[in-house]
Amino acid sequence: MLTDDEKREIASHFPAYVTRRSVAPEALGIVQRRRGWVTDEDVKDVADFLGMAPDEVDGLATFYSMIFRRPVGRHVILVCDSVSCWVTGYDGLREHLEARLGIPLGGTAADGRFTLLPAACLGVCEHAPVMMVDEDLHLDLTPEKLDEILARYT
Amino acid sequence: MDKPLTQNFRPGGEPPDLRAYEKAGGYQALRKALALSPPDIVSEVMRANLLGRGGAGFPAGRKWSEVPQAEDPRRPAYFVVNADEMEPGTMKDRFLMEGDPHQLVEGAVLSAYAVHAHKAWIFLRWAYKLAARRLEKAIAEAREAGYLGRNILGSGYSLDLYLHTSHGRYMCGEAEGMLNALEGRRAIPRSKPPYAAACGLWGKPTVVNNVETVCCVPHIVNRGWQWFRALSRAPGEGGTKIYGASGRVKRPGLWELPLGSTVCEILMEHAGGMRDGYRLRGFLPGGASSRFLTDRHLDVAMDFGSMEKAGSRLGTGTMIVLDDQACPVGMLLSLQRFFARESCGWCTPCREGLPWVARTLEAMEEGRGEPSDMAVLEDHARWIVIGNTFCALAPGAMFSLASALEYFGDDLRRHIREKRCPWR
Repeated sequence: MLTDDEKREIASHFPAYVTRRSVAPEALGIVQRRRGWVTDEDVKDVADFLGMAPDEVDGLATFYSMIFRRPVGRHVILVCDSVSCWVTGYDGLREHLEARLGIPLGGTAADGRFTLLPAACLGVCEHAPVMMVDEDLHLDLTPEKLDEILARYT
Repeated sequence: MDKPLTQNFRPGGEPPDLRAYEKAGGYQALRKALALSPPDIVSEVMRANLLGRGGAGFPAGRKWSEVPQAEDPRRPAYFVVNADEMEPGTMKDRFLMEGDPHQLVEGAVLSAYAVHAHKAWIFLRWAYKLAARRLEKAIAEAREAGYLGRNILGSGYSLDLYLHTSHGRYMCGEAEGMLNALEGRRAIPRSKPPYAAACGLWGKPTVVNNVETVCCVPHIVNRGWQWFRALSRAPGEGGTKIYGASGRVKRPGLWELPLGSTVCEILMEHAGGMRDGYRLRGFLPGGASSRFLTDRHLDVAMDFGSMEKAGSRLGTGTMIVLDDQACPVGMLLSLQRFFARESCGWCTPCREGLPWVARTLEAMEEGRGEPSDMAVLEDHARWIVIGNTFCALAPGAMFSLASALEYFGDDLRRHIREKRCPWR
């Protein structure tokens, strides 16, 4: 069930568009911000609220990369694997993160603290290599800097 | 030297708020424009030779002139700012939105006015959290001051401008994919014709312009097309350009320079040359979907015409530098993996071809390459071209591949011959 608060926030976007379905990706985002990820039931609830078929909404949920259809950890690490970061040391960062967290790209640590995901260019290439943890950007990374950054997220 | 796009920037600080922006002459262009007719604005921008800064370089004025020039209440027009910057190696639109958000808002109102739109969106990438906060504030301030909303400055013209945040997919930045995304669909391309100018969002005339393009508009209206043309060194192309450089250069960054500045000026003077101990092997002049150039091209001007002549394209104007200690095959693999992952899957050459290319390069990097792999790569570069695909994503992916085959063919063959990556 969508909460009243979720419904209110989803509905607040309606005036910006011509049809309600325009809000569908954002509605999934609204649910995800509160619940961490989007379950099958959430997909159905969003579809009902917007007057869409659940399959249509799932088609969006599986298309847009920032909508998670599987559980994620308390913090999501998005490590940029695009070209500027690749040139400046992505491979070393990835290896360090995988070893430190004990998970491959796409994995969630057993204690549920971190999910590690690859991300396309984060648009701060003058500070490559970079990553984003939750909403925070971390710039000019080195493997040494990573441990100190990870320690900030509990 | 005039640097209109970054004149209000405060490095490291908060961007100018409404009062500061107004004090610097902000929203004067809007006052001026509302006293003119939309066709006057279109013709001013057309004469200014403002070429689209998203990468394709299509004349902005011509794009505007393709929507119906008379307002039809049954067919309202829409205007969209493409702020879904996700071209690998590109960070210029973020720079502009964070540095002076009101400049983009004013440009969006002017552009919407020119195409008779009463509803407009800034389609922003999810990753740009700081830009989102700054744009939200600027839009609220502009609405409060009467620069947005009903009856703007008593002119009778009304516009609602909304910030739309995407949920992540390279295809959202492709104009037609963006329209589908705004309609709440998967961001897949549409078959053309009809073009968006006639039949775009919800079947209505729609114009999509890049952030940097839109940011140029207030300055053209304020200071005139002759002034704008004179900012540039390139014949037939007006304005300044936000250039950038990333990779192992001494000072990676972004700079506003006359359009037509040379590779050498940007790379040596502004980026400070290569880091100590590294040599230049090549560079992509304008994001991941441009062709590699090499140290033989240092004197080429970074404008649309000259880059085309040199065999590449200006693209986004933010160059990615390859040095001698990074493997060209590895770099190419990073590029091709990006495109394969971001393919929307709508048409076969892209959905099937790009992963094939990526897997072939992966095999070379891991020492499993076969001599026949060269032909596989060549075939893809030859056949995945505009006309064989729905949109430009896959042909854009082939630019780096085709040029790597030309300039780094020996490196590719060496991977196959030695059955390993010589850089590891």
